[in-house]
Amino acid sequence: MTDTNPTGWRRYIYSTNHKDIGTMYLIFAIIGGIVGGAMSVLMRMELQFPGDGILGGDYHLYNVLVTGHGLIMVFFVVMPAMIGGFGNWFVPLMIGAPDMAFPRMNNISFWLLPVAFILLGISMFVDGPSAANTGVGGGWTIYPPLSTSGQPGPAVDYAILSLHVAGLSSILGAINFMTTIFNMRAPGMTLHKMPLFVWSILVTVFILLITLPVLAGAITMLLTDRNFGTTFFDPAGGGDPVLFQHLFWFFGHPEVYVLILPGFGIVSHVISTFSKKPIFGYLGMVYAMVAIGGVGSIVWAHHMFTTGLSLDAEVYFVVATMVIAVPTGIKIFSWIATMWGGSIEFKTPMLWALGFISLFTFGGVTGVMLANAGVDQAYHDTYFVVAHFHYVLSLGALFAIFAGWYYWFGKMFGYNYSEFWGKLHFWVTFIGVNLLFFPQHFLGMAGMPRRYVDYPDAFADWNYWSSIGSYISASGVGIFLIGMILAFYRKDAAADNPWGEGADTLEWTLSSPPPFHQFEKLPKVN
Amino acid sequence: MDMKRKNQKVVGASLAVVFIMLGAAYASVPLYDLFCRVTGYGGTTNVATSPPSSPSSPVLASIASEAGRKITIRFDASLNRNMPWSFEAPPQAVVLNVGEQGLVFYTARNLADKQVHGTATYNVAPAKAGYYFTKIDCFCFTQQTLAAGQVVDMPVTFYIDPEILDDPEMDDVDTITLSYTFFETPNTRVDTGTPKIGG
Repeated sequence: MTDTNPTGWRRYIYSTNHKDIGTMYLIFAIIGGIVGGAMSVLMRMELQFPGDGILGGDYHLYNVLVTGHGLIMVFFVVMPAMIGGFGNWFVPLMIGAPDMAFPRMNNISFWLLPVAFILLGISMFVDGPSAANTGVGGGWTIYPPLSTSGQPGPAVDYAILSLHVAGLSSILGAINFMTTIFNMRAPGMTLHKMPLFVWSILVTVFILLITLPVLAGAITMLLTDRNFGTTFFDPAGGGDPVLFQHLFWFFGHPEVYVLILPGFGIVSHVISTFSKKPIFGYLGMVYAMVAIGGVGSIVWAHHMFTTGLSLDAEVYFVVATMVIAVPTGIKIFSWIATMWGGSIEFKTPMLWALGFISLFTFGGVTGVMLANAGVDQAYHDTYFVVAHFHYVLSLGALFAIFAGWYYWFGKMFGYNYSEFWGKLHFWVTFIGVNLLFFPQHFLGMAGMPRRYVDYPDAFADWNYWSSIGSYISASGVGIFLIGMILAFYRKDAAADNPWGEGADTLEWTLSSPPPFHQFEKLPKVN
Repeated sequence: MDMKRKNQKVVGASLAVVFIMLGAAYASVPLYDLFCRVTGYGGTTNVATSPPSSPSSPVLASIASEAGRKITIRFDASLNRNMPWSFEAPPQAVVLNVGEQGLVFYTARNLADKQVHGTATYNVAPAKAGYYFTKIDCFCFTQQTLAAGQVVDMPVTFYIDPEILDDPEMDDVDTITLSYTFFETPNTRVDTGTPKIGG
């Protein structure tokens, strides 16, 4: 290939290179994570003691922070990091392809995201429920009527537009991955020989293709209800607000699998590498992910057990939800079986992967509890739910992202990270997030509702400790940044394959960092 | 080029999925409405054109009398906050045999100094009883228009479908609450006379 590579700012703004775009996605996710994380720390500061705290009695601002934290973490941190970041970097490398199928569309997919992020940022500073209160305070679920007649200002419109743009970015990205994975695998790499991370991205983008258009439709209906006099969700005109919940969760529940499935892929590679054994039960792992993606798309109404579902509908959604524990259990079992008898090395990525397995399993157990419609009547919208989904997402997805980050850091940037700072980052974060979220189970069981800015004195102790945990976790982010600065300052060159025989996927056959264009001669896979 | 055709195939299929799902989201609106009406989901009540033909269904009637199943019907009335009416439910609960026809009156008064059109949405609690709660005639079937200061008594005739006796899910239901909420209808809206369905 004789093309000239653009340099300077053009290299990134005009980029059609999957590695550069992947790097931009990762940097974007880090920035998003710092913003969204700062919001959560503000929330915990407010909640540290009963009564008005740091927000000075501005209750709407608290709601805005809750909404912003949720939307940013889902759309501007975990998805960009997992799919846009690691997906862009390693799907082409792992299948032996020179680049993505549509490099220019890849550029659009990325650059739509900052636009969406800015729109969400604007929404925080324009009128929400009234001129005195700016921003969207409806939670990331933006249920009507709070998001329609409850907040007439333009803030909700900006947030809806932001979701439209972010959704378009993801759909274009999904089509790109789909085409790349189906058409650009190296000779000999059949679907059943594809690395698990590539499989996880394939299942993920398929879920995105099916569910994102439904979200787009639902929020468009919300937009026309707000501005053009339609009554999709307005009972006065024959609509029904509960319909929005069905549409939202038809997207929203599969979305949580979008956030976690790539993590499954990353963790599989890390566990296999540092146990120096091939993954146990490869085909079972593949079809467990397919099953989780499939069944996960038809269980949405377990978020709606308190909306008056009929008993038969509840029975179905309870059973279907619990069935997901079976393929998930297969994965957990296979990871443990991979480690069994292996020559295990506790390097930083392995610590994050082990943290992922333990915390994700714990969050899965509380998920099975919440799947019971009867139990959910009591736990619905309490801190028990908050604790549950942070164990699977904040701890599960985030730990998987860091496992992948440290695993591939040398490959992506060509420098070794510092084991000391990496391990310190892990332990501080592990202690911090557990102190942060474990007490929230107790708060929820005692009946503390989520999304409230204040609470009775009876809940003071656990809230205090939860806030301390939040500060410890935040200092973990500081340690992470120090470790990164050190790595780029020291410039300790990374080997092509620093992990040895356990790392057997194609990216480790290339230099660190890989050449600007790789696999000009396609590798042959046996 | 072969690769180009292969790529076009995948992109075409992906785009088809996207547009089908987008269409499905919009199709879900009428489908959900239909689903509520057919199943009584979410407390949507049933509509009948004639009173229960109680003698023509002797088996169910005899079951009803043997079981001595009586159901208490309570009434509730509420208003959208922008609706300038007062709206009152019948003060007394009504105790009916299953299949027996009931008649009650709601009272509405227009407090505004101009004519106001209103439409009532309705449902029952518990929601699962909606399927068996059958209305023969109801003010909620059409748009209501009250002149300034006008007071009207508005009838509802209804019965509990005897099929309720065959449904084990209904065994614990001895009280059903019927609830209406009045919304102001914009003047421009043409009354089509069809029942408004709130799922």
